[in-house]
Amino acid sequence: MVKPTRVTNRIRTLRFANGEMTQAELADKVGVTRQTVIAIEQGRYSPSLEMAFQIARVFGVALDEVFQYPGAPSPGHEGKAAR
Amino acid sequence: MPFEEKVTWVSAGVFAIVPSAYFWVVLSQLAQAPAGEIAYQRPMLIAVGVSIALTIVGSIATGIGSGITAEIMKPGSGADIGRSDERDATINRRGELVGYYVSSVGVVGVMALTMMEYDYFWIANALYASFVVASLVAAAVKLVAYRSGF
Repeated sequence: MVKPTRVTNRIRTLRFANGEMTQAELADKVGVTRQTVIAIEQGRYSPSLEMAFQIARVFGVALDEVFQYPGAPSPGHEGKAAR
Repeated sequence: MPFEEKVTWVSAGVFAIVPSAYFWVVLSQLAQAPAGEIAYQRPMLIAVGVSIALTIVGSIATGIGSGITAEIMKPGSGADIGRSDERDATINRRGELVGYYVSSVGVVGVMALTMMEYDYFWIANALYASFVVASLVAAAVKLVAYRSGF
């Protein structure tokens, strides 16, 4: 299946770390459909910044502990952004 | 499957079946009579009305069916049936935008038919066809987005 976003996330891990929260429970807390939670978990949908913050708030962690955006897609580009 | 995706399937089905029936009924008359003598107005209005009615009834039936199925499978799980979120809205916008482009191309074609003074039969049917094709393309874009992500 196509991976349309480079944004990765730890939602599945965080759900299990938070009392094995189900996707439906997370969806209810954020106010979205369960299918949206599934799509985000599988990397098929990048949530809005507001929804991303809501998800992080449910788990009580910072945004970058839930979502990551891997940099440097190819060798030789590493560190260029920092210069 | 999200409720909005089910509704999209319903509208896609309706817009595939009803206009097909209309065009089959009306265009098959071209063999017996010239375009200017074919009474297309009433069948077209009926097709448009039936499409709207079936989409509404189908959406309501889908909602009721989804709720009953969810309660049977897991009591209490039907609470979020009909819930719509930002992903649904984004997918809907994307589909409608692509549909708008298709419709725009169709309207240019209708303008060309008008300038060339084609019979009202062809102008009206080209306009209806462009509307139908735009609706089908919009539905297809939405369903692909729901399935493959974006």
